[in-house]
Amino acid sequence: MELTEGQESYWRRNLGITAALLAIWFVVTYVMAFFAVPLAEINFFGWPLSFYMAAQGSLIIYVIIIWYYARKMKKLDAEYGVAEGEEA
Amino acid sequence: MSTSISANRAFFNQLKKYYLFYTGGFIAFVIVIAILEQMGLSRKWIGYLFLFATIALYAGIGIMSRTADVAEYYVAGRRVPALFNGMATGADWMSAASFIGLAGTLYLSGFDGLGFVIGWTGGYVLVALLLAPYLRKFGQFTIPDFLGARYGGNAARTIGVFAAILCSFTYVVAQIYGVGLITSRLTGVEFGIGVYLGLGGILVCSFLGGMRAVTWTQVAQYIILIIAYLIPVVWLSIQITGNPIPQIAYGKVLQQVTAKEKALTNDPAEIAVRNIYKKNAADAKARVDGLPGTFESERAATAARLEELRANKAPEAQLKTAEKAIADYPVTADAARVTWSGQVASNTARSNPPLPHATPFPTTKTGEAGEAERNTKRLNFLALTFCMMFGTAALPHILMRYYTTPSVQTARDSVFWSLFFIFLLYFTAPALAVLVKYDVYHSVVGSSFANLPRWVAAWAAVDPTLLSLRDINGDGIVQLAELTLGGDIIVLATPEIAGLPYVISGLIAAGGLAAALSTADGLLLTIANALSHDVYYKMINPHASTQKRVAISKGLLLLVALFAAWVTSLKPGNILFLVGAAFSMAASAFFPALVMGIFWKRANRWGAVTGMIAGLGTCLYYMSRTYPQFIDWFGTTKMPLWWGISPISAGVFGLPIGLAVLVIVSLATRAPSREIQEFVEHVRYPNLTGDTVRTVAT
Repeated sequence: MELTEGQESYWRRNLGITAALLAIWFVVTYVMAFFAVPLAEINFFGWPLSFYMAAQGSLIIYVIIIWYYARKMKKLDAEYGVAEGEEA
Repeated sequence: MSTSISANRAFFNQLKKYYLFYTGGFIAFVIVIAILEQMGLSRKWIGYLFLFATIALYAGIGIMSRTADVAEYYVAGRRVPALFNGMATGADWMSAASFIGLAGTLYLSGFDGLGFVIGWTGGYVLVALLLAPYLRKFGQFTIPDFLGARYGGNAARTIGVFAAILCSFTYVVAQIYGVGLITSRLTGVEFGIGVYLGLGGILVCSFLGGMRAVTWTQVAQYIILIIAYLIPVVWLSIQITGNPIPQIAYGKVLQQVTAKEKALTNDPAEIAVRNIYKKNAADAKARVDGLPGTFESERAATAARLEELRANKAPEAQLKTAEKAIADYPVTADAARVTWSGQVASNTARSNPPLPHATPFPTTKTGEAGEAERNTKRLNFLALTFCMMFGTAALPHILMRYYTTPSVQTARDSVFWSLFFIFLLYFTAPALAVLVKYDVYHSVVGSSFANLPRWVAAWAAVDPTLLSLRDINGDGIVQLAELTLGGDIIVLATPEIAGLPYVISGLIAAGGLAAALSTADGLLLTIANALSHDVYYKMINPHASTQKRVAISKGLLLLVALFAAWVTSLKPGNILFLVGAAFSMAASAFFPALVMGIFWKRANRWGAVTGMIAGLGTCLYYMSRTYPQFIDWFGTTKMPLWWGISPISAGVFGLPIGLAVLVIVSLATRAPSREIQEFVEHVRYPNLTGDTVRTVAT
């Protein structure tokens, strides 16, 4: 079968969302860890920033990323008519 | 469709009722035991009650969920709601290493230990974005199933089966080890018996009802383990900070710990104790350097010391120590080199000032050497998070859980719930480590040996590997340098540190047991399914009846479990290393083939097969030539580390090499057929109009 234009566009948007969220994940994880020594100088509500990020901050952001993805994809599925249960 | 949605909703509500009732029942059970304790129930009985009540509970769920239906047995009938699949995944995921080991690792290694916390949570971002929804759409039974369908033929499936068994087995040995340890500690039975007792608890559940029983038991186990983890931490937080939310309160405590570290570093008594270690290390080093000559001279000196003590009518304890020194004296010069080098290392380690908890990649060296050490530590931190994250997104027993949800959207929601439930524990562990450190620095250090805090005296008597304390400088006061803690004590002793009754210690042990049992269940099922479904049904006998398939799977489960228990009883080394090794192997073998299989249509059979072999091969090669115990087992020769990366993070080499080989070989060989490309499209859309591919399994 050939994919329709709408289906192609759904996949491209999915890739865009995935890439954007992975970019956030990458910064939170690796950029933060790479610069952990200078970031430790910054005080974040009593914690050194790099310690807080590694112990708590990044975890909270991961949870939010996944929550956002599930919500966004549900909308996208509906918009492009690829949600489950739409076809008999 | 609407009828099935309302059926799912009714099922969800029913489950919610069951588990609320269950949670209430469990709390009531703990309260009853607490009352019995006040009335004089002994600690031993509290241990027995927790052990048998929880195992009986899991067995009960196992018996109620027994099944011989294929879809129920392999994927719990594909109707597990997102929230409950999240809890089950949480229990499946969090092992003895997370529950008992993690806070201890954080206590001992400070910032650098946080690599595990980030790695074991951030990996779920990859699961959610790159794998779970697509695997759910594919909707078969195992991870090798996906490789078989995507890459065609049996080659990719076979390697998948091999890799799945290899990493799950390594992991399950670590879990059964944890089960044995907890059971023996809880009831006082021998380690070996503990292993088989725990094994009974694992088997009764997975054997009878496969994935269905394991799922509902794991939900129950999650509830126990999270209650057990949080209660003592909250209580400790109230005691130390007056705030019941440890995750918010411990920032101030961390500052106090950091201030105390500085004071302890410059304290004259601490420095005196560290200098004694420094001298011991120097003495041991001189003995090592003087080998083989020192082997004889030292033996003579040891014997002379005993004679002298006898002549002086020294106290019994001193005589005993001197006699032991002769009995333990190394047999050969080579053995002496090993023992004494060990003494150099341990004394040097203890001669260091306290590790700055909040500082990333700390070093005691200065100038260029310090900079180099800092960089190596940073590189290892990054490599460790890399392996733990990509390993998370490749471990078959976790990915398999996303086959059990009713739809693609529930699979996406369920990854969110999984991470949320895992997050509850992981973001508490760093707080726990800091709170315990505060208590140790303030109430143990500086107390007198005659009047130690009660928990310190109790644990020192139970197990010197967990806590040992010796008045090195003879001033009668505890210096930090005189105290050695084993990581596991942090979680195990928290109830006592917080001044809670013994019932909470029993609860902690039950929680640790739940964590280890639930993970072991999921892993054993993965191994047995790979063998029965992928090897037997898909390759040997495709005409096997469904009853026969389930029966074979159950038989294999029993064999694998017994074999794993036997391997465990040989005590094969460090739990954390085994767990880490499983992650590195999974990341190297599976991640490129799975993700490229979904996101790159051009990936073909030869690329996947060679890529998986190259990735796993690189990872195994690196570990087998750098990890001391593997060098012994495989008789390889030790090679220098690549860029100083420790063996546990071998996946940092395996995964990129596997990926590169997959891409290059795929491009050098023919593109996959039209059907395979349509299969990829099928997997990419929750519902594709005009789709001709059918993958729904029977």
